[in-house]
Amino acid sequence: MSTLSRADVANLARLARIEMTDQELDDLSTEMDVILTAVARVQEVATSDVKPTSHPLPLRNVVRADVVTPSLTPEAALSGAPANEEQRFRVPQILGEEA
Amino acid sequence: MIRLSANEMASALAAGETTSEKLTQEHLDRISSVDADVHAFLYVDTEGALSQARGVDTARKNGEKLGPLAGVPLALKDVMVQKGVPTTAGSKILEGWRPPYDATVVKKLKEAGIVILGKTNMDEFAMGSSTENSAYGPTHNPWDLSRIPGGSGGGSSASLAAFEAPLAIGTDTGGSIRQPAAVTGTVGVKPTYGGVSRYGLIAFSSSLDQAGPCARTVLDAALLHEVIAGHDAHDATSIDAPVPQVVRAAREANVKGMKIGVVKELNGDGYQAGVRSRFEESLELLAKAGAEIVEVSCPNFEYALAAYYLIAPSECSSNLARFDAMRYGLRVGDEDGASAESVMNLTREMGFGREVKRRIILGTYALSSGYYDAYYGSAQKVRTLIMDDFTKAFGTADVLVSPTCPTTAFKIGEKANDPLAMYLNDIATIPVNMAGIGGMSVPCGLAPEDGLPVGFQIMAPAMQDQRMYSAGAALEASLLTEWGAPLLSRIPALGGAK
Repeated sequence: MSTLSRADVANLARLARIEMTDQELDDLSTEMDVILTAVARVQEVATSDVKPTSHPLPLRNVVRADVVTPSLTPEAALSGAPANEEQRFRVPQILGEEA
Repeated sequence: MIRLSANEMASALAAGETTSEKLTQEHLDRISSVDADVHAFLYVDTEGALSQARGVDTARKNGEKLGPLAGVPLALKDVMVQKGVPTTAGSKILEGWRPPYDATVVKKLKEAGIVILGKTNMDEFAMGSSTENSAYGPTHNPWDLSRIPGGSGGGSSASLAAFEAPLAIGTDTGGSIRQPAAVTGTVGVKPTYGGVSRYGLIAFSSSLDQAGPCARTVLDAALLHEVIAGHDAHDATSIDAPVPQVVRAAREANVKGMKIGVVKELNGDGYQAGVRSRFEESLELLAKAGAEIVEVSCPNFEYALAAYYLIAPSECSSNLARFDAMRYGLRVGDEDGASAESVMNLTREMGFGREVKRRIILGTYALSSGYYDAYYGSAQKVRTLIMDDFTKAFGTADVLVSPTCPTTAFKIGEKANDPLAMYLNDIATIPVNMAGIGGMSVPCGLAPEDGLPVGFQIMAPAMQDQRMYSAGAALEASLLTEWGAPLLSRIPALGGAK
């Protein structure tokens, strides 16, 4: 089936937000070929007349009554934060520097 | 005391023969003496457990009405969040995290007076079949410390076999309760999907993940099952229907007239000789107990493994996007001027292990534009075909059976560098998750060639979980008559143990 180049794996790692080492990219491009060949077997029986199933239960949207219930205090919600400031999560900058 | 069943411990507590504090302390002592060798636990909550135990003792003294397992200790898989107790899911990305809330399962355990001893080791984010993918080192099988205890819930199964706890909680996405049970000679049950709340279960593959009971006897598993099961408003996929009467089924242990379907495709080539012979003997015992054995065919099961290794990685690549270094967990490279994206990239590189990254990349690929139909879409169609196979098979049989795993426990390190060989372990357990039905593994003896435990798998239609308890308890009773003592009485003594 399709083979993945090292550049393809590097692009997938970028999309998945993982800064992989050169060694990891090398190893993964080899492993992915083996795994993809094995999993591509699904195509043998997945013909157009078969309906896909995404979930074992017939799901419908579940909503609750719009009433206020107890929730975490700000302190509890922030208790695992790598950094916080003034009852907020402190995060690294998300926009580039404006010129 | 630690070698009794949970039900026997509960009776001793109710009769005032011991206290929960004493019972809990005995288990904590056992953990101190053997866990350096077994490494079933990532965290032992000594103070929390003893304080909970004293609370149950006081309530009992005051004549309060208590649940059937009140005061009995339990080991909790580290994928379940417990308020204030370190929870890692076996990953470095969550090292040191103390959740601000309890999972619904944990809340129910506490309400039932079950004492939580600590958190058990597991493959990182439940991805694996050997517990070797834990970022904190492998767990060792108490039957032979050089071998794997199964995975992902190897810590939970090992804690039972090592008599460190009489009960444990596991989660099963492709076999992570049943395969560890099989290779450690313990009982593990994956309830019907939606039968037990997933609220507070750190998600791996949401359409497949299911928490369930692990124990040393079928009745103990049933007692725990009824504690944790039931509808939960916090889980939109939780089934709003009465809990199947599994305790009654386990007590009655009746298979008279039950039609037991042997799945032709889950036996034969690739299954170890000793696994097959123990499985065949168990079928004979069930027939003697009054069951009718029939053969059923599920031709699409041979595609289940391939479909699973597309669906689970796809869902995991989405679920694990939440580990973004912003709100909790590890954060790496947060220096002046570093962008959020570079912090995310570095944190995920440092925080995730090899198998987790492998599956995220595979899932990202399977879901990407241009490949979606060929991979994820095709896998979803296979899922339909597997469900159709089950529907047909349950038209002729009340339950379906197979060996739980193709082999007994392999050596630690043996398959660590061959992901495909590792994945093959789950070949008989995966169809159950794909269809969302119930599955159980019951110990059925030791393979003659290596002296290691073999598991017998029982599968039941959705919300008919009681059927597997009937069959499992009947098989357990017949085997006990044959052996004269439970399988675990034959486990070798652990090195450091008194």
